Amino acid sequence: MRIHFSVSELGKIQWWELGIRFFFGGAITVLAGLLAKRFGPVFGGLFLAFPAIFPATATLIERHERERKEKVGILDDVRGRKAAALDARGTVLGTIGLVCFAIVVWKTLTRVNAGIVLAIATSTWLIVAVGVWKASRLRFGREGR
Amino acid sequence: MTQILFRFLVGGAVVSFFAALGDCLKPKSFAGLFGAAPSVALATLGLTIAESGKQYAALEARSMIAGAAAFFVYAVVCCYLMAKKYHAKPVALVSVLLWLACVIGLWAVVLR
Repeated sequence: MRIHFSVSELGKIQWWELGIRFFFGGAITVLAGLLAKRFGPVFGGLFLAFPAIFPATATLIERHERERKEKVGILDDVRGRKAAALDARGTVLGTIGLVCFAIVVWKTLTRVNAGIVLAIATSTWLIVAVGVWKASRLRFGREGR
Repeated sequence: MTQILFRFLVGGAVVSFFAALGDCLKPKSFAGLFGAAPSVALATLGLTIAESGKQYAALEARSMIAGAAAFFVYAVVCCYLMAKKYHAKPVALVSVLLWLACVIGLWAVVLR
């Protein structure tokens, strides 16, 4: 299956679901800053890798998949769960990229322009995550979409 | 207070942006990569560099490696439990405690 990008998928998300994500993301960013101020950067830095996106996304995927099936008269609890598990599998691979992001920032930030460092680190995250994802599909096949 | 509000707005916007990117992508395993996007880090590091300097932000990034390793453990456990028999919402939320236990453990043993 090829990678597909469709903006119309956003139309399926309710405004309050977007609001929860926004609030959660904002709250974690504030919390990370406050913890760093109170306990120092070594402790506060841990929260830069807080799972801020995954819980809401996995919940959404399961619910949308279940509702999609219910619309055609199928009461299926398993499919939604499996779809969320597939999303989680991608997230596992994404965390490998996240480790690389942190290493790039740690090793280069004091010597290079901050904007360039963040751009390179984000590119590194994307390249590593996509590379590992592609490798996992070659290694384990394409079961699950 | 203004600083906190600014952090809140930037964090909310960056997290929402990466989450929306993931929503637009298929297959689901690929979209899942964006569940581990460096959203909080990008929102926080930029502001931290401006407020406290590069050295301070680099220290935060070093700790982030431990946070990301804990995220890996968290995501593996979520994937396993969801594939077996548990629903996404309770698994993803309760497992945050596992992430927290992992980061505090790593902080106490390796970073402190």
